[in-house]
Amino acid sequence: MFQATRFSRRKRRYELLARAVLFLMTLLIVAPLVLIVGYLVYQAWPILSLDFLLTNPRNGMRAGGIWSPLLGTIYLVVISLLVATPIGVLAAIFLNEYTRENWLTRVINMAVLNLAGVPSIVHALFGLGAFVLFAGLGKSVLAASLTLAVMTLPVIIASTKEALAAVPVPFREACWNVGATRWQTIWHVVLPNSVGGILTGVILQVSRAAGETAPIMFTGVVFYKAIKEGDPFAYSLFGQCMALSMHLFTISTQVPGVPKALPYGTAVVLLGVVLAVNALAILVRLRLRSRRKW
Amino acid sequence: MPALPKRPGIEIQAERAIEATIRLCGVSAILFVFGIFFFVFREGSQFLFHGFKFREFFFSPEWYPTSQSHVRYGALALIAGTASVTLLAMALAVPFGLGTAVFISEFCGPRAKETLKITVELLAAIPSVVWGFVGLTVMNKLIIELFHTPIGLNVLNGGVILALMSVPIIVSIGEDALKAVPDSYREAAIALGVTRWQLIYRVLAPAARNGLLAAVLLGVGRAVGETMAVLMATGHAVKIPTSMLDSVRTLTATIAAELGEAAVHSDHYQVLFIIGILLFTITFAINLAADLIVRGVRRG
Amino acid sequence: MVTSSNMIEIRGLSVRFAGHEVLKSVNLDVRRNEVLGIIGPAQSGKTTLLKVVNRTIDDTPDVSVTGSVHVDGADIWKLKDLPALRRKIGMVAPLPVGLPLSIFDNVAFAPRMAGLRDRHEIEARVERCLRKAALWEEVKDRLDSLGTRLSGGQQQRLTIARALSHDPEILCLDEFSIAIDPVTTMRIEDVLKEMRSQITIILVTNLVQQARRLADRTAFLLNGELVEVGSTEEIFSETPADQRTFQYVRGIFG
Repeated sequence: MFQATRFSRRKRRYELLARAVLFLMTLLIVAPLVLIVGYLVYQAWPILSLDFLLTNPRNGMRAGGIWSPLLGTIYLVVISLLVATPIGVLAAIFLNEYTRENWLTRVINMAVLNLAGVPSIVHALFGLGAFVLFAGLGKSVLAASLTLAVMTLPVIIASTKEALAAVPVPFREACWNVGATRWQTIWHVVLPNSVGGILTGVILQVSRAAGETAPIMFTGVVFYKAIKEGDPFAYSLFGQCMALSMHLFTISTQVPGVPKALPYGTAVVLLGVVLAVNALAILVRLRLRSRRKW
Repeated sequence: MPALPKRPGIEIQAERAIEATIRLCGVSAILFVFGIFFFVFREGSQFLFHGFKFREFFFSPEWYPTSQSHVRYGALALIAGTASVTLLAMALAVPFGLGTAVFISEFCGPRAKETLKITVELLAAIPSVVWGFVGLTVMNKLIIELFHTPIGLNVLNGGVILALMSVPIIVSIGEDALKAVPDSYREAAIALGVTRWQLIYRVLAPAARNGLLAAVLLGVGRAVGETMAVLMATGHAVKIPTSMLDSVRTLTATIAAELGEAAVHSDHYQVLFIIGILLFTITFAINLAADLIVRGVRRG
Repeated sequence: MVTSSNMIEIRGLSVRFAGHEVLKSVNLDVRRNEVLGIIGPAQSGKTTLLKVVNRTIDDTPDVSVTGSVHVDGADIWKLKDLPALRRKIGMVAPLPVGLPLSIFDNVAFAPRMAGLRDRHEIEARVERCLRKAALWEEVKDRLDSLGTRLSGGQQQRLTIARALSHDPEILCLDEFSIAIDPVTTMRIEDVLKEMRSQITIILVTNLVQQARRLADRTAFLLNGELVEVGSTEEIFSETPADQRTFQYVRGIFG
C-alpha cells in the first residue's frame, strides 16, 4: 500500500529530532527544580529539626534557630492577606458581576495587569513613601503588611474573576427571574460556588507574601529583633519584626562566619513553606474540579 | 397563599452599603497604580526638578553617590548592568521557555501536560531570595570551577538565575497562546500531511505569534524588575561589563543596596527613588505593550 | 389608556440589538387571567418581548428599547422596586435550569429573598408549589438532594415550581417544552389548564398546536412585527385577519 518513501522517512526523522530537542529543553528547565531542592536539603540536613524552628537566632545569628523570623513571616502573611482578600474579591465581583465590558473595565483590567508587573523594589519604595512616611505608620509590621497586600492584590483579583466567571450565566438569570437582587444572587449562588477558585488564588498569594524580601526590607522588617521564644504574640502591629526571607538574605550576605548549614536550613524552611502552600493550592484546585454542583 | 412579607429595611440598607463598597474596591486597582507612581514620584520629585542632571544620569558610568568631594549620579553602568543580565537571561529563557511551551502544548498527553504544568508552577513559586541564595552558593561554585575566576558572582550567574526565574512566565503564557489557536488549524494542516514540526513552525507559531510575543515581553518585564536574586548573584561592581564573567550591579539591586544607608530625603535617597520611577516606567511600558499586542489578537 | 381588564399593555415597543431591529413597534394587550399564546418562527422577537416585560432585557449589552409597557397599571420603566416586578411575573425559560442548591432551597429561594423567614410557611409554600408543578410525588423524599441532578423534564417542572413560589400574577412560559419529552409536556399542560382561571398566562411557543390547545387568544409575531392578535378560533380558522397568519399556521412557511 503506502510504502515509506525516502521523503516520508526523512520527515519522520525530523519529527523525532524535534521531539527530542524539545524534550531536552523541557528537562533542562524541570531538572533544576529537583536538583536545587535536593542540594539545599542535603546541605541543610544537619541542622533541620523542630528545635531549629522554635529557637531564636543566637550569637549574632551564627547559631540557634529561626523562630523570630518564622513568626514574623506568619504575621506579615496573615495581615497582608486579611487586607488584600476582601478588597480583591470585591473588586473582582465588581468587574464580573456589576459591569459590562466597557472602557472602565478595560482600564481597570489594564491597571490590574500593570500592578501585577510592578517590580518588587518599586513596591518597597511605594510602601516607604505611602505607608511609612505619608500615613505616618513608621517602619512597622503594619506598613510592611500593607505593602505586601498591594503586591498580592492583582493575583487575587484575577483568580477571583476566573472563579466567578466559571459559574454559568443561566444560574444568575434564573435568580433574577424570581426577583432576587444582584447582590442576593451573588451572595447565595455565585459566591458559594466560587469559593474554591478564590481559595486557590489566596493560597498562592500566601507563598508569594512569605517569599518576598524587597517590599518588606524598608517598611518594617529588620535584621534582628529580640523576642521571647514560643510566644505567638511577641510582635506588635506598630513595632518591627524579622522575617524568614529577610533572614536568609541577612545571614547569607551580611553576617560573616555563619556555619554553612544555617543559611541552607533557612532556605529549606522558606522553600518548604512556599512549596507546601503551593502544593496545597494545587490540591484544592484538583479537588474542586470533581465536586462541581452542576 | 399568605402574602410574602417585605424585605426588612435594614437588609436593604446593608445591601446598598455593600454595593457601594464593591464599586470602590472595583476602582481600587486604578487607584493603586496611580498611587504607586504618585508616591514614588513624590519622594524623588524635589531633586528631580532641582539639581538632577539627566545627561549625567543616563550617559555617565560614574556612580559615586556617597563621595565626600565629588558626588556623581551617573547610572549608565547600572543601566548596562540591568541590560546585560536581562539580555543573557532572555537569550536563555526565550528559546527554552518557548520550546517547553511548544513541547507541553503539542507533544504531551493530558497527564504529562498536567505534571509539567505543575512543575513549572512550582518553579515559579520559588522566592527570589532563595534564587539569590542559589546563585550565591551553587552557581558561584560552578562558575569558579568551570571558568577559574576568583569569584563567581557576575553577569553569567545572574543571567542564568534570572533565566530560570523568567522561564515559567514564558512557558505559561506561551502555552496559553498555543492553546488558543483553534483546533481547526491543526486538523487542516494534518489533513495536508505535514509533520508535527512543520505544523508548529509554519502554522501554529505564526497564528500564536502575538501571544508568544506577549509572553516574551512579560518575561523581559520580570527580568528587569527582579531585585533580590540579582542583588545576591551579580556581585557589587558598578561598571559596564565587558564580558559575561564581569561583576555588575543592576538598577534594582542598587536601590536595595543603598536605600538603607541614604538619609531620608537626601539627594542620594531621592535619586534612588528616581531610579524607581525609571523602573516603574519601563515595566509599565512593557506591560502596556504586551496587553495591546494580546488585545490585537482578540480583534484579529 | 390603562383599563382594569388589561394586565399588560404594550404600546409602540421597539427593540434594537446592535443595530438590528428585533421588535418593531409592537402594540399588544394581555387581559387579566387569560391564556395568551404567542406564536411565530424563530428569531421573531418572542423571547425579547418576554424579557422586556420583566425587564431582564436591561442586562443585555448593546440594546436600545423604546415604547411603553404597563404591567397592572404601572409603567415598568419608572419602577423603583425591580425585584417586586419580577416577583409579579413568573418566568419559565426554554432550557431548564436547576439552581445548584437542594430541591427544597430551589423552591424556597424566591420567598426567602423576598424576606420570608418563618420556616413552617416556607415548608408549606415549597410543598404547595411542587404539587402545583406536578413534581411533589417524585421528589418529596429527597428534597435535600441537588436540584441540578434531576432529569431535564424534572428540572423544567422545578423551574415552574420556582416560578410559582413567589405568587406571580403573570406566568410567562418561553417554549418550555423544547428540552423535555412529550409526556412531561402533557403533564405541564394539564398544570397550566388547572391554573388558567387564577393567573394570567403568556405562552410563547413554536408548537402551533400547543397554542391551539391552551390559548384563549393568540398573537402571531413575525420578524419583530405583530402581524395579528385575536381569539384562538379566529387565528386558526380559514379566515384570519392576515394572510401570513394563515400560511404560518398551516406550516406553509416555518
